Amino acid sequence: MNIIACVRQTPDTETVIKINGAANGIELDGVKLVLGPYDEYALEAAAQIKEKSGGEVTAVTVGGEKAAETLRHCLAVGADKAVHINDSGADDALAIATALANQIKKLPHDLVFVSNKGTDSDRGAVGPMLGELLGLPYVGLVTEIEVEGGSATVSRDVEGGAKEKFKVTLPAVICAQKGVRGEPRYASLPAIMKAKKKPIETVSPEGDLASLRKVQVEKLEYPPARPPGRMVPGESAADKAKELVRLLRSEAKVI
Amino acid sequence: MSKVILVFGQVRNSEPTRPTLECLSLAAGLGGDVHCILLGTGAKAAAAAAGHQGASQVWANEDASFDKWDLAAVANTVDAAVKSTGAALVLVPATTHGKELAGKLAARHSAALASEVIGVSADGDGFKAVRPVYSGKVRATVKLSGSPVFATVRPNVLDVAAADSSKTATVNDLAAGQGDSRIQLVSVETKGDTGAVDLSEARVVVAGGRGLKGPENFHLIDGLATAFNGAVGASRMVVDAGWKEHRYQVGQTGKVVTPELYVAVGISGAIQHLVGMQNSGCIVAINNNPEAPIFKVADYGVVADLFEFVPKLAEELKA
Ligand SMILES: Cc1cc2nc3c(=O)[nH]c(=O)nc-3n(C[C@H](O)[C@H](O)[C@H](O)COP(=O)(O)OP(=O)(O)OC[C@H]3O[C@@H](n4cnc5c(N)ncnc54)[C@H](O)[C@@H]3O)c2cc1C
Ligand SMILES: Cc1cc2nc3c(=O)[nH]c(=O)nc-3n(C[C@H](O)[C@H](O)[C@H](O)COP(=O)(O)OP(=O)(O)OC[C@H]3O[C@@H](n4cnc5c(N)ncnc54)[C@H](O)[C@@H]3O)c2cc1C
Repeated sequence: MNIIACVRQTPDTETVIKINGAANGIELDGVKLVLGPYDEYALEAAAQIKEKSGGEVTAVTVGGEKAAETLRHCLAVGADKAVHINDSGADDALAIATALANQIKKLPHDLVFVSNKGTDSDRGAVGPMLGELLGLPYVGLVTEIEVEGGSATVSRDVEGGAKEKFKVTLPAVICAQKGVRGEPRYASLPAIMKAKKKPIETVSPEGDLASLRKVQVEKLEYPPARPPGRMVPGESAADKAKELVRLLRSEAKVI
Repeated sequence: MSKVILVFGQVRNSEPTRPTLECLSLAAGLGGDVHCILLGTGAKAAAAAAGHQGASQVWANEDASFDKWDLAAVANTVDAAVKSTGAALVLVPATTHGKELAGKLAARHSAALASEVIGVSADGDGFKAVRPVYSGKVRATVKLSGSPVFATVRPNVLDVAAADSSKTATVNDLAAGQGDSRIQLVSVETKGDTGAVDLSEARVVVAGGRGLKGPENFHLIDGLATAFNGAVGASRMVVDAGWKEHRYQVGQTGKVVTPELYVAVGISGAIQHLVGMQNSGCIVAINNNPEAPIFKVADYGVVADLFEFVPKLAEELKA
């Protein structure tokens, strides 16, 4: 089973995000860049499936020079090798999906994992685009996956409280939701040492990505600050409950 | 501007879903010619409501096969309508199904896609969209070039204009597109609690955290959610401890929710939780620690022992 895991370097959720002077990007100084927290779950699923069925896990990313650090980390938490598509300008889902598709077409692939979202911009756009561009079936937000022979059985929750189960012929593109195969593994010291010896191939993106950049970030701003809140007064729990219901009814008008 | 704005509508119980109405309302506000696609059982019945919301044309197919999700078939069906209407903008609710549809079609058209937008405006020949980025810490205005352009619209953020029953839509038949035999829907299991309101579309969410001390106490949250006629949510601590399934989790590695009212009970307010709920309309925090960070985002804070307060609150709501 040859598995590709598409991974993205994103700012750590805990970092303070500061808008730059031109208000079209963020200050990158001091921002901690990490492997997307969702990508860790996808990588874990990829590694477990490979450990059972044999084969290789290849982590692929599109990004500038720094993205290589993220790939090195992937090599310590389940990936056998990595491909770095070196492009710092591909900041549009379609451009990224196209660069990924052109590269993946050249690699053996039975299963392609993407994950739910990064912490920065989009939400699940790259996955379905990749499915379309590779001409492969796609299932988003998968919470369970079993691979058997040439197919995968996957489940996911959808709005309205239903759980859908699909049988998908491989190769396919699957977007893994958190916890699809438990918690991601910890990068142990021996694994980190081993990762240093694993190969990272650096390639230039193929295709005219510039013409695909149809989304331009024009302006960034902070969301309007929430008006300061207040504590609900009252002597007893019953008093506070009464006052809260009054406030929700007549002031906030939400019930 | 009489550009066509095409809304991919979702139907539940013969009605357009609330996120569909939000998309229609947004489209109508842009002043274009609004068309709406409705597929599956009840599609034609739902067309009236789409008309009242400003759609001039509804493209419908009542085939029950659309009740079971088949991405390829839906994408091919919608694609035909995108082409035949010459839509300049395609709006899709940012639901599990909507997001995969929009991504697939945007790639097919080599088109711009903005995900989970909270606003769209016309900009000369094109469109601009506003979307929360960096886990909601920043708002980005993005310019979408080309035609068509696609946007998925985050549920529960935009207002729905009052329905105008004097407005009606012409209902047209839309031919069903080809499916993909490589992907088969094996089953759709509805959970025991489908009667409960869905988390991501709910107007009210009542979420419980580790302050509840154990799964045996979670009925307090269920009861309060029922009293508010809302949905149940949970912090990651609760999910990791196995008290609730992951689909209830709110936060960075769970769902992002934007209800009109969010009630956090026994939740400390870690940043990873806040990014999942801080854009809610009104936030109520119930915690026995006056220093809990959740109070920083709360509109109404209640310092109390939840075991004492929550039953009183549920009682008060029923009164
Ligand atoms: C402020 C801001 C606003 C933006 N707005 C838009 C917009 O409206 N439309 C748009 O098209 N783009 C936009 N972008 C560009 C955005 O960076 C890309 O679309 C990017 O692909 C989004 O990735 P994501 O992980 O945030 O989300 P997704 O696209 O949902 O990523 C999901 C998964 O796709 C895979 N993936 C994503 N990126 C990569 C990568 N570089 N290499 C390998 N795998 C990857 C990973 O598996 C990831 O987990 C914006 C960027 C910024 C900074
Ligand atoms: C990569 C990453 C991703 C994460 N993703 C998420 C996510 O998606 N969602 C999420 O929620 N968390 C997430 N977390 C975890 C997050 O950091 C917090 O650990 C978690 O939100 C804490 O859950 P809690 O508030 O229920 O528990 P605690 O932090 O333990 O808080 C319990 C609260 O209950 C209060 N309390 C106790 N007893 C009572 C009582 N009798 N009456 C009233 N109040 C009481 C306490 O004062 C306390 O404030 C993530 C963390 C990481 C590192």
